[in-house]
Amino acid sequence: MIGLPLLTILIAVPLIAGVIALFLTPSGARWLALAATLFDLLLGAYLWVLYDPNGAQWQFVEKLPIAGNFSWALGIDGIALVLLNLTTFLMPICIGASWRSIERRVPEYMAAFLLMEALMLGVFAAQDLFLFYVFFEGGLIPMYLIIGIWGGAERIKASYKFFLYTLLGSVLMLIAMLYMVGTAHTTSIPALMAFNFSREAQTWLFLAFLASFAVKLPMWPVHTWLPDAHVQAPTAGSVILAGVLLKLGGYGFVRFSLPMFPQGSAEFIPLMFVLSGIAVVYTSLVALVQRDMKKLIAYSSVAHMAFVTFGLFAMNRQGIEGAMIVMLSHGLVSGALFLCVGVIYDRLHTREIAVYGGLSNNMPGYALLFMVFTMASVGLPGTSGFVGEFLSLIGTYQASSWAAIAATTGIILGAAYMLWLYWRIAFGVARTPEAAEMIDLSAREWWLLAPIALAVFWMGIYPESFIRPIRNDVGRLVTRLDAVAPAGDSHLTLGEGAHAHMDMEVTH
Amino acid sequence: MHPVIFIVFLPLIAAIIAGLGGRWIGATAAKVVTTGALFIGAFLSWPLFFQYIGGHADAVVVPVVTWIHSGTLTVDWALRVDSLTAVMLVVVTTVSSLVHLYSWGYMEEDPSQARFFAYLSLFSFAMLMLVTADSLVQMFFGWEGVGLASYLLIGFWYYKPSANAAALKAFVVNRVGDFGFSLGIFGTFLVFGTVSIPAILHAAPGMAGSTIGFAGMRVGTMTVLCLLLFVGAMGKSAQLPLHTWLPDAMEGPTPVSALIHAATMVTAGVFMVCRLSPMFETSPTAMHVVTWVGAITCFVAATVGCAQNDIKRVIAYSTCSQLGYMFFAAGSGAYGAAMFHLFTHAFFKALLFLGAGSVIHAMHHEQDMRFYGDLRKQIPITFWVMVIGTLAITGVGLDVAGGIGFAGFWSKDAIIGSAWASGSVPGVIAFWLGVLVAGMTSFYSWRLIFLTFFGEPRWAASDHIQHALHGDHDEPSEEHGDSAHDSHAAPTGTGGYHPHESPLTMLVPICLLAIGALFAGQFFHAVFVNPESAPHYWNGIIAFSRELAETVESASLWVKLAPTIAMLIGLWIAWNNYIRNPGAAGRLVAIFPGVYRFVLNKWYFDELYDRIFIRPALWLGRLFWHGGDEGTIDRFGPHGAAYAVGIGNRITSRFQSGYLYSYALVMLLGLIGAATWAIWWAK
Repeated sequence: MIGLPLLTILIAVPLIAGVIALFLTPSGARWLALAATLFDLLLGAYLWVLYDPNGAQWQFVEKLPIAGNFSWALGIDGIALVLLNLTTFLMPICIGASWRSIERRVPEYMAAFLLMEALMLGVFAAQDLFLFYVFFEGGLIPMYLIIGIWGGAERIKASYKFFLYTLLGSVLMLIAMLYMVGTAHTTSIPALMAFNFSREAQTWLFLAFLASFAVKLPMWPVHTWLPDAHVQAPTAGSVILAGVLLKLGGYGFVRFSLPMFPQGSAEFIPLMFVLSGIAVVYTSLVALVQRDMKKLIAYSSVAHMAFVTFGLFAMNRQGIEGAMIVMLSHGLVSGALFLCVGVIYDRLHTREIAVYGGLSNNMPGYALLFMVFTMASVGLPGTSGFVGEFLSLIGTYQASSWAAIAATTGIILGAAYMLWLYWRIAFGVARTPEAAEMIDLSAREWWLLAPIALAVFWMGIYPESFIRPIRNDVGRLVTRLDAVAPAGDSHLTLGEGAHAHMDMEVTH
Repeated sequence: MHPVIFIVFLPLIAAIIAGLGGRWIGATAAKVVTTGALFIGAFLSWPLFFQYIGGHADAVVVPVVTWIHSGTLTVDWALRVDSLTAVMLVVVTTVSSLVHLYSWGYMEEDPSQARFFAYLSLFSFAMLMLVTADSLVQMFFGWEGVGLASYLLIGFWYYKPSANAAALKAFVVNRVGDFGFSLGIFGTFLVFGTVSIPAILHAAPGMAGSTIGFAGMRVGTMTVLCLLLFVGAMGKSAQLPLHTWLPDAMEGPTPVSALIHAATMVTAGVFMVCRLSPMFETSPTAMHVVTWVGAITCFVAATVGCAQNDIKRVIAYSTCSQLGYMFFAAGSGAYGAAMFHLFTHAFFKALLFLGAGSVIHAMHHEQDMRFYGDLRKQIPITFWVMVIGTLAITGVGLDVAGGIGFAGFWSKDAIIGSAWASGSVPGVIAFWLGVLVAGMTSFYSWRLIFLTFFGEPRWAASDHIQHALHGDHDEPSEEHGDSAHDSHAAPTGTGGYHPHESPLTMLVPICLLAIGALFAGQFFHAVFVNPESAPHYWNGIIAFSRELAETVESASLWVKLAPTIAMLIGLWIAWNNYIRNPGAAGRLVAIFPGVYRFVLNKWYFDELYDRIFIRPALWLGRLFWHGGDEGTIDRFGPHGAAYAVGIGNRITSRFQSGYLYSYALVMLLGLIGAATWAIWWAK
């Protein structure tokens, strides 16, 4: 693409703004951060408009050699495009959510957020393996600081846990990357996506990448950092953690594990399904008994992300498209739910569910929006949650009816813990006088939550806007996985009179 | 534009206006908008219905917009209208518009009327989407939409813990049904490669006798698909064992009970089975299961209904029982009879609920029939319409000169006759249970009338009446179940209270429904079940069996008379126990205290579910949390790792804010080092 290096601008603007913010007053830093993130939001939307779903696989490609094989190579396909837009959409909301609640070290805080935005956008846009690695791991540093400096009382323990978990994964992934470059003699991600590693190597490479992505996603049993990190992070930190950081794991599977190691991936389908199945049931039950709002939503995130792994490893079109929509939807919905927690945390400074109650009385606007996001989280048709879950599950069923049964229990348990939470927060009568006196959403809070609600309905009613950009990319991936995709356990056999034996493995 | 567009979407627009704009436009405007939308819908629906009756209309699909396209899975928003949908359109818009109107009076004192009417219209929209669905996924949209509206309306008085609990229970139990429904949709897509209902029904016969792997078993394809979908129907239509939410749903305002939990939403399961009837026809096993579930629910719910004291709960269990009739009709292959009963039931059950609401309104929100009595003189219009409703539900009619009778007479006799005529084992058992339950229906319905409208006034003992008299009631809209009063003795007397007849906005809808309860059976039986004319109406939309209908017509006299005889026996028992000899019921209960407690406590389903589902789930949740996450994963994971390198204590105790930067710096340096090394190595 000739013309402006749009992706570089997209990454550079928050980076530069972040550096400048360090030298400004708190109020200046806030406004600069807002301006920079809004600029990126508009630029992201512009990219979406320019993006041609039927065009080349990689668009807006830029390449600037740096050293050896390593180069500043950027470019996006539809999958990266939608995740990129998710990031640019959530970032201004995060800045707005921190507007009043962060009072200490504001310039540093804004700088950390802007740096994180730049790095996250870099992850989705990188076309060079090591560039990806730098963005991918670098993004953790600002997150680590945000939790460790602006977090709650036990922030140190949480950031330490976060650090330990991710450390292990990234070391193994780096070693795997080195092996890949040594074997394929290229660091170009598009080239690697078409490279065929030996069967043996794929097994080990898959496991090494799994170590990193499973932690990020997170999958059971490496999920325990997430509840702590969420609980201790400031509201905006939780939003970005749930909204974007968790998507890195799913993106990693789509970008690396599945296309680069199809046979390795297929080998571990049973493992992925078992871990995902456990995640759905286990974390949903744990969510049911939580007393801390943020912890409950954090556990529900783990359960929801299991729909991503189910869908991806079903290796068919519905499954993978569903997994992508689950990621987008979860990014919006859980982000919004954390904002909802933040709204009342800002007023009462506690996340204990037992303190609230009866908020429908004094905060009707809040109760309405919270209901919308609760229903989206539960997967009510008409909201974004349904489209993703439905596609992911319909894909999973084709791969394994057992897996689909385990996954579908999530719709029962999800309804139970979310509606029970809603009941204890918004229904009944206020359990403390302070809760009864809280005032409804301010204009600023409406501006944070209402756009997400609109996006949730948009994705639920007309998901075609979000499926169209990824359709061809998923198609390419499905073609690549065609030979190894699971046959499923249905084996439809026609009855007497029909002589044809149809193996109903769906190969659309 | 096809009128169905307006029928379906006007309520949505009205709900949005009333719900989001209620604060600005005011309650009256919100009520006008929502009620108006539904009346327009009703006025457009009836002509459609008559077009199908006259044979002047074919099935049409009105496309709206793309929804989900993923590979070969294509789902679009589209509205399907055919003779089956036409029945439902008429039922939904008619009952809904009348309930809207009724709520003007009933909810008059409520401070959040705009919200109430918005929810009602939202419900109507979702229900209309359900009945006009052309694909299983859109049906699921409506299915969940009505579930949401039901949840919001049951919990409408959100300050009541019992209402919240009932709302949560309704949603979650329905989700158990949706679990089956969802798997059914997934399986259907796998087998047929489509979720379009006409395409599935077209291809279904070709799959008869095929087998499929499901959860490690080898099972009949159509059997497993039908049963999975039927689990959804069981949840929505409150069939055993997923029925427990319906009686609790009576926590909602009474108009809601009439609209959602009697006339429309709970019949969605019956509608689904009829809509998919060509599919169910391919699996005799599935049909037998449907018959069994319907027949057992029909019986169990009726036994519980006989022992309840809360007027709304009696009618709720009655609804559950009548839905059982519809299901065993469908299971016997008599889909026309099932739809017919759905149609007539909508009128007389909505009538009974709204009538009960009128009684409750008159008795200052007292719902316990033990504190009623002698009300026929105080609220005569309500009394007479309730009697009409009771005559309809108990199936009063004569089989002479082609037949003459109230609505239920036609539809219930068609169902019971069909069960007999089906000739299958579950069908015949369903026949006998159906006859028995006809007697029980008559008993509990007349018991309700006698306790409420006859005998001595027993109002003085009611807390609500006392509140009304002394003016110290806190919430005017509060409704209580019978649990609040169990400790009271029941002295007689009026306590000086004067019940008043309800306002016109409430009486007009009841009287219009009474017309339906009087004539819906007489007028429309030819359309729904007659072996000569019904096939023309259904026109292949449902699997209407002409042979079965003819067998019903030519059944022996005793088969036709059996339900009427049972009905008369039930009436006599009720009369004997509550009019002639008011103490008789108490003495009978004293002879069988165990049986009485068993049915009074609803066969202990709630207690059972609490023990085997709810408590274990919470226990497991705590076990996984403390024992799994904290006790195992963290202990051997991050904490264990820290101890292993001998820094655990120091890190956890001395890691302070100052160290944080150094760790971040270590991360950064490590990252830069790793990347540099990698680049060098890669060269």
